[in-house]
Amino acid sequence: MREVGGASVYAYTGSRAFDAALPTIVFAHGAANDHGVWALQSRYFAHHGRNVLALDLPGHGRSGGKPLASVEAIAEWLVALLDTARVERAALVGHSLGALAVLEAAGRHPERVEKIALLGPAVPMPVSDVLLDAAKADDHLAYELITSWSFSAGHQLGGNALPGVWMTGNALHLMERSRPGALYVDLLACHRYAGGLSAASKVRCPALLILGQRDLMAPPKNAAALSAALADQRIFSLPDCGHSLMTEAPDAVLDALRDFLRPQAPSQLSI
Amino acid sequence: MPKTTRFDTLTLHAGARPDPATGARATPIYQSASFVFRDSDHAAALFNMERAGHVYSRISNPTCAVLEERISALEDGVGAIAVASGQAALHLAIVTLMGAGSHIVASRSLYGGSHNLLDFTLPRFGIETTFVDPRDLDAWRAAIRPTTRLLFGETLGNPGLEVLDIPRVTELAHAHGLPLLVDSTFTTPYLIRPFEHGADLVYHSATKFLSGHGVVIGGLLVDGGRFDWDEAGKSAGKFPTLTAPYAGFHDMVFAEESTTAGFLLRARREGIRDFGACMAPMTAFQILQGIETLPLRMQRHVDNTRRIVAFLAAHEMVESVGYPELPDHPDRALAKQLLPRGCGAVFSFSIRGTRDQGRKFIESLRIFSHLANVGDAKSLVIHPASTTHFRVSAEDLRAAGITEGTIRLSVGLEDAEDLIEDLSRALHAAGKA
Repeated sequence: MREVGGASVYAYTGSRAFDAALPTIVFAHGAANDHGVWALQSRYFAHHGRNVLALDLPGHGRSGGKPLASVEAIAEWLVALLDTARVERAALVGHSLGALAVLEAAGRHPERVEKIALLGPAVPMPVSDVLLDAAKADDHLAYELITSWSFSAGHQLGGNALPGVWMTGNALHLMERSRPGALYVDLLACHRYAGGLSAASKVRCPALLILGQRDLMAPPKNAAALSAALADQRIFSLPDCGHSLMTEAPDAVLDALRDFLRPQAPSQLSI
Repeated sequence: MPKTTRFDTLTLHAGARPDPATGARATPIYQSASFVFRDSDHAAALFNMERAGHVYSRISNPTCAVLEERISALEDGVGAIAVASGQAALHLAIVTLMGAGSHIVASRSLYGGSHNLLDFTLPRFGIETTFVDPRDLDAWRAAIRPTTRLLFGETLGNPGLEVLDIPRVTELAHAHGLPLLVDSTFTTPYLIRPFEHGADLVYHSATKFLSGHGVVIGGLLVDGGRFDWDEAGKSAGKFPTLTAPYAGFHDMVFAEESTTAGFLLRARREGIRDFGACMAPMTAFQILQGIETLPLRMQRHVDNTRRIVAFLAAHEMVESVGYPELPDHPDRALAKQLLPRGCGAVFSFSIRGTRDQGRKFIESLRIFSHLANVGDAKSLVIHPASTTHFRVSAEDLRAAGITEGTIRLSVGLEDAEDLIEDLSRALHAAGKA
């Protein structure tokens, strides 16, 4: 547990001590979630030669402070976290709101970012009025709507690759544990973020987009402009997957991340 | 509005898909002890919880996993573990949360096997239990010690059908940073979903109404995923099995690994792995078959029970009937609040007369089977004082509302008129004895 901006920060490390000699991967979660959404993927990298910092964003999970009100603020916070951790360059992996923050951070601070992986991104990422209104009122309906829209029809009835865990129930109850108002702040940050294409044009590192073909929260078509604006990008598209990619297709996501984040010889680095 | 799948549909579909390999619509019985790795890296990743999948059927199995998801969906939990029996589920819950030096506060109106585990067996391993009147909230409160790690009761007490006031007991438990474990065997999620009332962990003897046909032994332990195992000033420091590094699994801190399912992770990665009370895939299949008709069966169980309760309550040979929907039951109002669909199909009544007359009654029944089980499709009968509760002291028997004349029925799915005629005939025979 360290402090960034005067508030404590929790990062899951896969029960491994930080090793300055190893490359680092930072994972940023989506709205009203926490580090646990990356459990399988982050643990893999932590035990395969990487430092892993699977974060609880400010005002989420075990981290202190208040949720940050804009994607830009989260992006700057991510870089401040790298400073605190004394990490010069890192690969950044983000989901949904976290993907937007990773994109913005890579656009603002290209020298600090080795690669970016964006899961369930959309630029822009408008949020419906009914969801925003429910979140603003801290109405449980907001969690129910997100759960309903975040899993493909096939996964609404389960069939989890992780034995014994009911996917939609787990997602719902994780959101229920978020602090009052956190979901609204997160969703509003997504809704108001207008700098995605500008940030994408400034990204200098390789980018991976992982898209769910059945994603209703961030439909894959809404990533087309983003994809076009990124100079060095590749798309990994998952059939029968909604927005909860890491849960719905944990192995496929891990394989895509593993291939993309495979260490390169220094001469092959893009920057 | 969110598109959520309703209860009756979940009983048929939750956790299952047509088999991708064969197209089989029914859940296949994966009768395999172990599962092939793709390569060495895949094997290591599965062992270290870096990838999802199955390794060895003691830890997890695809058929059991469907059942685990299904009961989680029906209970509105985050996940579950299928185990060898209801007793294995209770044991797994306890040993996942605590070790020697810990203490439990439990309702005194428990299934005899549960009472035995808590009162006689676990003390040998350093875990003590204080039993309290489940209706006495002050008694629950007074029994909590600094070493208490769990409050435990049954949705409907055995055999008196005391209705556990889950909201109030939960409130008390949470005020002390403690979880409430509930045995919902008699009720199933069709009649009550304890998580909706605040409980934190639920288990079932799936041998009973969930499987429903008296052909398997199995248990299910479900995690509600709401309890904070590391809440400052409350639960913090009380559950090191979940909040401290575990040397037995690469220093994993389970509550950090998953905010919602840390309990389940530890239960699977330690409890099932080391104690080994797993469920067989054939058993899981049979329980799944039972759950597919759970709403239909439970409603019929309750409908038949209500008719039989009314018959017995009006019979001259019957001294008393204990069913929470009756006007004289002390928990009638609470039952109406928590169990609007009914109070299950297991209840007790006392016949007038001697112990011999009681024996004559049981031996005169033709449809009710005299055996030690409940929750079968067939109607069952037993004499608790000489069977399920024979190890319980006379004082505790009285406290639990059991007398020499107490008869317990588990009402099945037969035609209610036939059941009433069977009971009427046996009561007549007892009266003449």
